[in-house]
Amino acid sequence: MERLLELLKENARLSAGDIATRLGITEAEVAARIAALEKEGVILGYHAVVDREKTDHSGVTAFIEVRITPESGGGFDRFARRVSQYEQVRGCYLMSGAYDLAVVVEGKDLYDVARFVAEKLSTLDVVLSTATHFQLRTYKHDGFMLNTPPTDGPLLVSP
Amino acid sequence: MSHPRKLDLESKLSTQLSGIPRSGIRDFFELVIGRSDVISLGVGEPDKPTPWPIREAAIRSLEKGQTSYTSNLGLESLRIGISKYVEEHFRVSYDPKTEILVTVGVSEALDLAFRAVLNPGDEVIFHQPCYVSYGPSITMAYGVPVPVNTRLEDNFALKASDVEKAITSRTKVIALNFPTNPTGAVEPPEELEKIAALCVKHDLLCFTDEIYSELLYDGAKHKSIVEYPGMRERTVLLHGFSKAFAMTGWRLGYACAPAPLREAMMKIHQYCMLCAPIMSQMAGVEALRLGAEAYEGMRQSYEERRNFVVKRLNEMGLHCFNPGGAFYVFPDVSSTGLTGREFALKLLEEQSVAVVPGDAFGPSGELCVRCCYATAPDLLEKAMDGMAAFVAKYRKAGA
Repeated sequence: MERLLELLKENARLSAGDIATRLGITEAEVAARIAALEKEGVILGYHAVVDREKTDHSGVTAFIEVRITPESGGGFDRFARRVSQYEQVRGCYLMSGAYDLAVVVEGKDLYDVARFVAEKLSTLDVVLSTATHFQLRTYKHDGFMLNTPPTDGPLLVSP
Repeated sequence: MSHPRKLDLESKLSTQLSGIPRSGIRDFFELVIGRSDVISLGVGEPDKPTPWPIREAAIRSLEKGQTSYTSNLGLESLRIGISKYVEEHFRVSYDPKTEILVTVGVSEALDLAFRAVLNPGDEVIFHQPCYVSYGPSITMAYGVPVPVNTRLEDNFALKASDVEKAITSRTKVIALNFPTNPTGAVEPPEELEKIAALCVKHDLLCFTDEIYSELLYDGAKHKSIVEYPGMRERTVLLHGFSKAFAMTGWRLGYACAPAPLREAMMKIHQYCMLCAPIMSQMAGVEALRLGAEAYEGMRQSYEERRNFVVKRLNEMGLHCFNPGGAFYVFPDVSSTGLTGREFALKLLEEQSVAVVPGDAFGPSGELCVRCCYATAPDLLEKAMDGMAAFVAKYRKAGA
């Protein structure tokens, strides 16, 4: 992946000027490249990485394994795109292995997600089976370690 | 009953020690200790912990119960790894059995090397500003330190002509450290070649401390003095894991040298240290197995931080050359009307930013400060903002 993208993935708030200084190119070049990446849909958006356990958010997240019958002509795509339309669905991935799609769903509570599975997912003709797993605790999210015990900081001055 | 005489411990200390001043870094360290509000550019180490696979290798070895002594020389598997790594990076090959010694950091290796070769009164030429231990290590080995100054106008590279002027009939060793702590200087190959020729011409030994050799920027490839004709046979190559692999606390280094030199160093090492800790050595095996894969990401990130810091320092009016290696910048702060030490003290007091006074690395660094940029980018930015405000205030006051 190009270095500019890596820097933005680490910290999307870096200004074009900062990136230019770090990479030894001009600010205009950086701005143009970012604009192009946004236009090409390489960069889809920017968001904050939040430790939800430290907010008053009381919702739940579930990973749902879905097995389906591929549809003639559309394969898995048609179903996957259709499921992805729901706002509760935060992620949807075609998988290799024992099931076909992994669907990440956020809900207010356990019943909210259960309702979504029962009423929205399972009722679709092509669905053969689902298995719902609730996320209990987060240790690492989007590359950030969470819930790590504090350690003594390093020295402030050393040779 | 006679009264016991009051014990005067000062008078019991070695006179060899009394000539050695306390490290200028330690003075400064005591001012900073216990303060949690400080942004520190004062350390000589990476901001990130050791890469996980290396830490895991040490954990695994502990789980397996590998807690014993190793050979005095160090684990054979580690020496074989070192031999391969050194051949790949320095294009010089060493026999793991007779020419490599694993030590407790490069600091120990350097001390062993001096003690192995110096007779009282033998002179050692080294470049200043330099890492704090060179002068004292030479003195403790009963040698005579002969510092040769490097200058800002030469980007702190060492001039062979200055080295030549310092050579006397008592000169035994030339000690080099490029890239350099504290300046980040890289030695141009043409000067290195001339210094190598001087070593051969005057039959001198060379100790080359290669601890920053992986951390080079702008696409540069490292060149060590050991590669020049006639040098391998008279060189002790000192290297370790602290900087590139972010392993400062593991205290793991090594020396590569022709067998008679390695054997002499080994003699001291076996009596004073026995061996490097086995868990550190196991971690070292994994570090060398990973090689550049473990440090390339960090190196790239340091290069970007260097670009940022050099630009900001020059913008705020502190003259700073673009250092080609290590993770330090060494700006001249004289435009503020302050010495490096005054600058560091007042900057800490007024902006809670810690940098190290340049005189800690020798008198020729008096007008400079050392800033380590292996610090998290957001903290680095805050530190630069603080320094910019500070410099603006003092430049105005002096104008």
